Amino acid sequence: MRPILLQGHERSLTQIKYNKEGDLLFTASKDLRVNVWYSQNGERLGTYDGHNGSVWSIDVDYESRFFITGSADNTLRLWSVSTGKELFQWEFPTAVKRVAFSEDGDQIVCITEQRMGHQGAIRVFEINRSGNGTNQSKEPISMFHPIASKATVCAFGLDTSTIITGHESGKVALYDAKTGDEIKGNQRAHSDVVTDLQLSPDRSYFVTSSKDKTARLHDSRTLVVLKTYPTETPLNSAAIAPTRPFVLIGGGQEAMNVTTTSARQGKFETRFWHKIFEEELGRVKGHFGPINTLAVHPSGKSYASGGEDGFVRVHHFDESYFRAKPYGDIEPID
Amino acid sequence: MAPVPNGVQPQINGDEEIDFTDIEEKYHVDYDESFENVIVVDGVPIIDKTKLERLLTKIAKEFSKKGVSITPENISMPWNDATGKSKGYLFVELNTPEDATLAIAAMHGFQFDAKHQFFINRFTDIEKYANMDETYVEPEIEEFKPKEHLRSWLADPHGRDQYATYRNEDVAIHWHGKPSQSEIAYEKPGWTDLYVSFSPLGTLLATIHRQGVRLWGGPSWEPYQRFAHPFVKLLDFSPCENYLVTWSNDPIVVREGAEQGPMYPSPEDEGNSLAVWDIKTGHLLRTFPVIPSEQGGPEGGRKQMQWPALKWSADDKYVARVMPGQQISVYELPSMGLLGKKSVKIEGVVDFEWCPMGDKDRDEEAKANAPGGKGSAAKKVERENMLAYWTPEVANQPARVTLMSFPSRSILRSKNLFNVTECKLYWQNQGDFLCVKVDRHTKTKKSIFCNLEIFRVREKDFPVEVVELKDTVTDFSWEPRGERFAIVSSNDPNLGNSGPGITIKTDVSFFQLERGRNFKLLKSLPARTSNTIRWSPRGRHVVLATMGSTSKSELEFWDLDFNSDDIGGQRKDGQEWGSGIQLLGVADHYALTDLEWDPSGRYLGTSASVWRHSHENGYAIWDFKGQELLKVIQDRFKQFLWRPRPRTLLSKEQQRQIRKNLREYSRAFEEEDAAEESNVSAELIAHRRRLVDEWNAWRARCREELAEERARLGKQDEEEKEEKEEVQEWVDEIIEQIEEEVVE
Repeated sequence: MRPILLQGHERSLTQIKYNKEGDLLFTASKDLRVNVWYSQNGERLGTYDGHNGSVWSIDVDYESRFFITGSADNTLRLWSVSTGKELFQWEFPTAVKRVAFSEDGDQIVCITEQRMGHQGAIRVFEINRSGNGTNQSKEPISMFHPIASKATVCAFGLDTSTIITGHESGKVALYDAKTGDEIKGNQRAHSDVVTDLQLSPDRSYFVTSSKDKTARLHDSRTLVVLKTYPTETPLNSAAIAPTRPFVLIGGGQEAMNVTTTSARQGKFETRFWHKIFEEELGRVKGHFGPINTLAVHPSGKSYASGGEDGFVRVHHFDESYFRAKPYGDIEPID
Repeated sequence: MAPVPNGVQPQINGDEEIDFTDIEEKYHVDYDESFENVIVVDGVPIIDKTKLERLLTKIAKEFSKKGVSITPENISMPWNDATGKSKGYLFVELNTPEDATLAIAAMHGFQFDAKHQFFINRFTDIEKYANMDETYVEPEIEEFKPKEHLRSWLADPHGRDQYATYRNEDVAIHWHGKPSQSEIAYEKPGWTDLYVSFSPLGTLLATIHRQGVRLWGGPSWEPYQRFAHPFVKLLDFSPCENYLVTWSNDPIVVREGAEQGPMYPSPEDEGNSLAVWDIKTGHLLRTFPVIPSEQGGPEGGRKQMQWPALKWSADDKYVARVMPGQQISVYELPSMGLLGKKSVKIEGVVDFEWCPMGDKDRDEEAKANAPGGKGSAAKKVERENMLAYWTPEVANQPARVTLMSFPSRSILRSKNLFNVTECKLYWQNQGDFLCVKVDRHTKTKKSIFCNLEIFRVREKDFPVEVVELKDTVTDFSWEPRGERFAIVSSNDPNLGNSGPGITIKTDVSFFQLERGRNFKLLKSLPARTSNTIRWSPRGRHVVLATMGSTSKSELEFWDLDFNSDDIGGQRKDGQEWGSGIQLLGVADHYALTDLEWDPSGRYLGTSASVWRHSHENGYAIWDFKGQELLKVIQDRFKQFLWRPRPRTLLSKEQQRQIRKNLREYSRAFEEEDAAEESNVSAELIAHRRRLVDEWNAWRARCREELAEERARLGKQDEEEKEEKEEVQEWVDEIIEQIEEEVVE
């Protein structure tokens, strides 16, 4: 099917997210605006205005009630999904690079940048879900500084007791959310910056992408690398497709080098890899800049990609995508 | 130190415990206690005491006369006390062993007087020979180690070809066949310092190192030969693999104490930078200084060396080089002596090419060399080699292309040309035709156009035919074993000033010899960007490529005999002229820098080398139809080379037989393919099955653990919580409607 082109941003996309039902698609970019769209037809539902800096990261809770954004204006904000009103604001000394909700939406985790003498920090806040959401605590329930390489991406692990992080050095680690102790670390998960980290629906495994041109599948508990998907281009994002045993990988030549290379060379394509056989199945092109972020509809019926070119492309899978058996009858149970 | 029972090392108390022997050994000075400087002089007159002094003075004088100064004090004379006479020999102690050597050279066999002649030996020699063990010890016979067969790769049961790749520091030799048979045959990291090169018949692989060139061969690539040419940069094999030419930017320097022998340069070679080697013996045959060619490069002014600097005749009998503007020097092999002891003086000569040897020539030669062959005595006459050279216009002299034969030096044919800017000589690989591409200018010298002067070498009196073209021809290529050629011509105004982003428009044309008549245009493909022609080594198929452009990199695969099954250009009459040309496929290899057909003409290898640029380096293999069979993108990929094959051993008759029974052969191959395919897929399926089973098992374990954990945390399982909404739908369907009228 023809992709739906969402033209709501003036600068490159930073993160896109579906809500749990998959009817809404949230998109954030380096311009100050956050948009929300109907994923089915690409109609814009509204915006979340207020940030004074690039919005680096977004997340939405399971009820589609609260929405959080982390921005270069050093704030983390909580919004009401339905009204677009800002409910609360946390302020930090440095930019917020990554935010994520817990599974049941009562906690959030965020990474603040290491800059101007401030250490990079990971903070966990409790979200008060009762009332209208404006009554939140300023103080984090836990805060810690990962030593050595700074964290670039994070998410809650199997539950709120652990936090999975990806680091600039390529390390992937598992932290205790309360104490900040490193429970497990895989120094050699990647050999360059980890650019994205997305969990499977049941949070038992996750996929990471990295500038080292590979994406990897890890066990959330042991951090053991289960699968590796090597490509020939730096990667910015990776997502796990539900219902089908695929992994989506996107990236491209570094934005700063793009002007020196032709579009064909940049490899601005979303690649579909077989999750288990580690074989590339196909590519979807269309962006004319690197792909910065990928998200798959929770029911697996569509996916969206956000590029350096400022466009979001929403692709609904054709019927044949669900029926195709590229490897015959050998299909995993889930 | 003695071992201590409980393993505790004893404490060292004071210096006397320390063992200094190792240090003493290290700094031990050898005193010169040898008798190297002592000589024994035999044949001295036997005298009594009275004459001693006079004799000694006389001997000392005789020695000094020959330049070895000794005094009577240096001489000691053994005395026989029983008879009171001397023993007839004496010892002389000299200052140094070198003096002893000199004394032996000067005085050995010296006629002292009428009856006495001196015989001089080294004192140490006498001792050595006296102490020599007289028993005969049988020399140990070195065990014969059979060398690996250098052409073993040709005996591959699947008939696969090999290719070499050089990436980063690693060189690998691959087999190329069906997907399951493509494997690495040999791999060696850091095998070469610069690049690798196959010999023309594929027997050997040359690697280049700082110290020189090494050759390798056999299935396990054992060292075969080495040539010590420091800082060697370029190499060139002779066509029959007998000789090797190497060139280094640094002139040869023979250092003191350097190794000597036929395999190493001698002081006479100093300052030269071209070297000719015999491959089998490893001997250095001759070295030359390099004369920079007079022609400037197209970039202007800069003097470029021509490579190959030495050109070999097809049978390895002669090698020639041109002294631009003056002469062609032809050397005979294996002596490397100048043929006829003088060069061929040709005023203004620019370039020359040897005539290649066709299959016919080789067959003839084989027949002539066969013992007892018919007329072998009559054909003892040296086979004549032919070369073609050209001279430019000078003053009132027209430019001229000349065919000359060697060793007779007779001029076979020459042709005058006018308004010539540049000539290029192209021999067809069978030596049937010579095409001289003549770039001509108009009277005003403003525009350049092109003439092709085609010499029919096999015909009587070498008839020449001219094909006149309006445009500039940038590439010319003969069909191997064929009567066709292809040219790339262009009238693009940008031609010559290539810049980034400029893609020059070109036309590609094919010409064919009409039976018994002239060359005629077969087909012209206008408005292309192709700038490179690569004929398959078996002819018929040709690839047109766009190379060196940043925006286009197209490969076009053409078949020139699409309507006929046969290879070899036997065209049936009655077919429409040019109807057999067919485009088989179009492909694209981004930023390719090199392309080469495999020796069988079935596959094409293309590569993008990091030597030229760093975009998408790697290589690809295509079949003759343009289907991609393999593509490998690798960072820092440098070189891709097919391994050449020697000429087939099958006779014409045998080849014909095979062609006749092709169907039967192909059936056998197809069966093999099918069996193999099912075999491979079965393996692959099993592998995938295993992967999926592992995954399923892992997932099951995960789910279990997850369920336990959730239960422990008092949470309900998500999936259970999620109630499945059951929608019951009642559909009324009218199956049949019958209206019954009850009649009362």
